[in-house]
Amino acid sequence: MNILEVEDLTARHGLLEAVRGLSFNVRKGEVLALVGANGAGKTTLLRTLAGAHPVTSGHIRLKGEDVTASPSHKRVAAGIALVPEGRRMFASMTVAENLKLGAMAGRRGDWTIDRILEIFPNLQKRIHHKTGHLSGGEQQATAIGRALMSNPEILILDEVSLGLSPLIVDRVYASLDGLMKSGTTIILVEQDLSRAMAVADRLICMLEGRSVLEGKASELTRDAVTEAYFGLRKSARKEGVL
Amino acid sequence: MTNQILQGILLGGYYAVIACGLSFMFSVMRIINLAHGSLAVAGAYLIFVLSEKASLPLPVCFIIAVAVMAVVGWLLQRFILDRSARGGQLLPILSTFGLAMVIDNSLFEQFGADTRSLAGAIGDLSWASWELPGGLYVGKLPVLIFATAVVMLAGLQVMLNHTTLGRAIRATAEDPDTAGLMGIDAGKVNAAAAAIAMVTVTVAGMFLGMRATFEPYSGAPQLLFAFEAAVIGGAGSLWGTLIGGIVLGIAQTMGASVHPLGFLIAGHAVFLIILLARLFLPDLASLPARLIKRGGAA
Repeated sequence: MNILEVEDLTARHGLLEAVRGLSFNVRKGEVLALVGANGAGKTTLLRTLAGAHPVTSGHIRLKGEDVTASPSHKRVAAGIALVPEGRRMFASMTVAENLKLGAMAGRRGDWTIDRILEIFPNLQKRIHHKTGHLSGGEQQATAIGRALMSNPEILILDEVSLGLSPLIVDRVYASLDGLMKSGTTIILVEQDLSRAMAVADRLICMLEGRSVLEGKASELTRDAVTEAYFGLRKSARKEGVL
Repeated sequence: MTNQILQGILLGGYYAVIACGLSFMFSVMRIINLAHGSLAVAGAYLIFVLSEKASLPLPVCFIIAVAVMAVVGWLLQRFILDRSARGGQLLPILSTFGLAMVIDNSLFEQFGADTRSLAGAIGDLSWASWELPGGLYVGKLPVLIFATAVVMLAGLQVMLNHTTLGRAIRATAEDPDTAGLMGIDAGKVNAAAAAIAMVTVTVAGMFLGMRATFEPYSGAPQLLFAFEAAVIGGAGSLWGTLIGGIVLGIAQTMGASVHPLGFLIAGHAVFLIILLARLFLPDLASLPARLIKRGGAA
């Protein structure tokens, strides 16, 4: 069953078309990874899915319902939570306050501050510290916890490994592992290709706002993704799209 | 000298009451509300009409006025400030400037140029005083106003720190985009904040009418005092408005004791000195704030 359907989606930054007529579906419980070079439109796409960036044309359907026009605060209530790029903590607030803000949408579910602390034990000691004073890894854990507090059906992760040491990235992904197995639908952007291929069920490679390669992570080869990533097959497609 | 400082501190309580709404709206919505003083005067007229014409007891008038002004604040945000904010930073300032003129002149059309006062409705509270040791007298009303200022600032602080609405207001002020991703409707939060600001404005308007007289064009000087207190105290800081109000109040009472015209001149001079110090010696001007912060962290 498709929980999310994206149809012919276009989004712009001024005159620049960051996402160009992209279509894909996400099944319930699936982990979908988006890969692509900087500027391929991944972050814009995720922000569009979360309602934080306006759609120029196309449709986004959540569980069959068209949510294209609904603003970000309503998307959260409908079950889409985004962990934004760069974590975007409320720096003047404590970890506990940030987590409580995550629950503002008022969706029912099992996520509580205690459960967040269970999967991110490193936050336990920091719970009453201002997030501005935390390390990158602790901030990332808070950002993910904050998104989980809204009891999302779809969790969107934008480059959770950005700016973190490899050791901390391992730890963050280890914490996410249980979540991925628990059947939460996840869409993630990851620069580390081997990690993306290891955690995802399916992979979409984006180039200049379009999908250039899509397939099951187990069936794609690293070479094929790398080729698509750098647009080596672009010349073959060029006439059709430009 | 002691008397002037004491009276100045109490006067500062009134300035804090009128400045805290201005400062609150600025820190939450980044809007400088130039209609702030006029709205306070409108609140005073509302209480005046309810009290004189409808002969209701003052507490009832106050409660009705607070409710009406809160709704006005909500509508103001939804229909004027929110819409004008989409047109850039200058537009909300110009809109509130226009709104101030509309309010002033509507009041003039309705009530004429007569000065009014709420002193009649509070009996001997308007002149009664307590004698302190050393032959000092403090008016009961100024003390009441000062106490209200402290309670109101503490109430706002508790609301911001410990309630769901307060967290939503702080989140929206810090990063509206990310607040939306948390499921917070920034429009609603800002409208609630504007309603809260209008409640403080109504309190200020009531005290204005109790401690002095007002007429349709009294809004501009009230805005000026509120603005000066807010800037002296550090715009956007709640307790800063109390400090700013006290500094302004002391400067004015000291100035008045030198020369009758000194009241306003000394207030404006202190405001300008602190403003220039902020601009040209930012390190020196922020020293007290940093010391408080360090003391708080230690």
